Amino acid sequence: MSVIPLDTSSVSPLLQVRDLKMHFPVKEGVFMRTGKFNKAVDGVSINIMPGETLGLVGESGCGKSTLGRCIARLYQPTSGTVEFGGTDISRLGRRALMPFRRDIQMIFQDPMESLNSRHTVGQILEEPFIVQNIGDKQFRQTRVKELLNVVGLPARSVTRYPFEFSGGQRQRIGIARSIALNPKLIICDEPVSALDVSIQSQILNLLIELQKEFNLSYLFIAHDLAVVKHISDRIAIMYLGKIVETGDGESIYRTARHPYTQSLISAIPVPDPHHKSHRQVLVGDVPSPINPPSGCAFHTRCPKVMDVCRTVTPVLSDDRQPVSCHLYPS
Amino acid sequence: MSQAMLSVRNLITEFETDEGRVRAVDNISFEVNAGETLGIVGESGCGKSVTAQSIMRLLPQPMGQIVGGEILFQGRDLVSLSVAEMQKVRGARIGMVFQEPMTALNPVHTIGRQLTEVLLIHKPITKDQAIREAIVMLDKVGIPSPDIRMTEYPHQLSGGMRQRVVIAMALACQPSLLIADEPTTALDVTIQAQILELIKELQTHMGMAVMLITHDLGVIAETCSSVVVMYAGKVAEKGSVYDVFDRPTHPYTRGLLESIPRLDTPPKSKLTIIPGMVPGLLDLPQGCRFENRCRYRKDSCTVASPPIETVEPGHEVSCYEWRDLKANESKIDVVTGGGDSITFKMSAVA
Repeated sequence: MSVIPLDTSSVSPLLQVRDLKMHFPVKEGVFMRTGKFNKAVDGVSINIMPGETLGLVGESGCGKSTLGRCIARLYQPTSGTVEFGGTDISRLGRRALMPFRRDIQMIFQDPMESLNSRHTVGQILEEPFIVQNIGDKQFRQTRVKELLNVVGLPARSVTRYPFEFSGGQRQRIGIARSIALNPKLIICDEPVSALDVSIQSQILNLLIELQKEFNLSYLFIAHDLAVVKHISDRIAIMYLGKIVETGDGESIYRTARHPYTQSLISAIPVPDPHHKSHRQVLVGDVPSPINPPSGCAFHTRCPKVMDVCRTVTPVLSDDRQPVSCHLYPS
Repeated sequence: MSQAMLSVRNLITEFETDEGRVRAVDNISFEVNAGETLGIVGESGCGKSVTAQSIMRLLPQPMGQIVGGEILFQGRDLVSLSVAEMQKVRGARIGMVFQEPMTALNPVHTIGRQLTEVLLIHKPITKDQAIREAIVMLDKVGIPSPDIRMTEYPHQLSGGMRQRVVIAMALACQPSLLIADEPTTALDVTIQAQILELIKELQTHMGMAVMLITHDLGVIAETCSSVVVMYAGKVAEKGSVYDVFDRPTHPYTRGLLESIPRLDTPPKSKLTIIPGMVPGLLDLPQGCRFENRCRYRKDSCTVASPPIETVEPGHEVSCYEWRDLKANESKIDVVTGGGDSITFKMSAVA
């Protein structure tokens, strides 16, 4: 196995997120007054070590993309800190953020929407260098060719436009752009969800190879637990703006503790007709983050709900596989 | 053997495009029996949705046309039916569930109005009876407080609830066949599990045949009894789920099954890939359609399209090399990452 347990004592984390909150105001009524808040991310703390992949899993609307965007500082978080390499970047202004923009990059789900359709691939890949004012024209053009080579696209792609490529190739362009400035951390927001099965594995292989080569850290956001488990060292499960369980991929899969994690795993269809599913089908939908349930936010769907869950909000435990659930009193 | 509920024979569907005529479905045949679930699996552009649209006679007009073959539904050829006759079949005896429940429902009409419409068109009943039946149907698909939901609009429901409404509409007239085109693709896994369970439950209850179209091999393995694997408009392989998942014979099926990350594959291990991508319908390879991505390709594969051959009863494959592949089963080593070699040479960023 290629997983080397990360020695957390000697290496300091590349990214340290503490009690991060992102509350979006919800405007209501004739006067568009802010009455309520959409608590998309509500007190999240995570660490990412250099060279590590943290998988972030959850259903739509759980706040996983918002968390990624807060870390990339596409959003200004409401409160909490985002420490990157020792500096809190959560309150930095545009100018002060510039050097960090080089180190934190993003890959998006839909490469068609995240690539400028009026720019050639050459222009798209050159732009990060222009924005950061790096190198002359000749340097940039050599770099663009190298980048294309690294992600497995032919050099003649430089003069082509995004629409001339297939979905998988477009995702390669998006990846090339994200690694252009030798970043340290890449936020991958559902990078393979829109791709076909046979293309998905090509992109996952590429991401894994790039990580080894350039010692990249990934925050890998996806809803497909099998994909996340494949690429991640550790996994965090998110539900309604909060992390409910974290642990290394293997233990999340084999000894899931939170009832939500358990039902997520049991809900994945296994491509083996002999597999007998012991499925716990969850009832109901994810509640609205504007008006989350009291106590444990999962209590409305939890198969093991107890009285205490309805009133007391559980906190993430402080052990090897932290879980936020009253079933595991610390 | 009794007559199949649906029997598609040598179906050919073509589209008129600006760049010329393309054959989206090329000579495919399969059968679905009552009480059985058939899965059709393939990647985007393989023709699986066009197959469904052909059966329902809902091809985009005037571009799409069925140019050959027959679609026998309960012994009657749907291809030769008139528009009016087809309308009596559609919705009443064949129900259909689409991928995106928001686009399948009319946003300006209440759930109740849309659901009773189906019943009023196909059944000789009064409006009151239709409303009562609609409420029963909503209750059957697991929608809480159905009488209140009847007066609501689609946007007031969640994605999972909307898909339940669409299923209720599709099943309102107790059809003999349900065609579900990617019914859970837009939904979260926990909701997907709910909807798949629901379809299974209703099927055992009502004894209908189900044709499930998806790109997810996991969904196929869990819900279907037999499966058709499509590639670029043709059938690559078909058989029972045990035939296809236990003894995949077509190189494409093998590649697909090997390339999906599973919960028990070692993390960060290299996944087997199928190099390249699905060919466009305008420039299909001359011979076998999978030839340019196939790791067992021989020169003979490029000449003509391989015929469908029987591997074992009920298990068919379209590949010239399947006998050799099967004979060498033990010798085949898994080729990882072929065609995707990467050289890392990057200059440092100043």
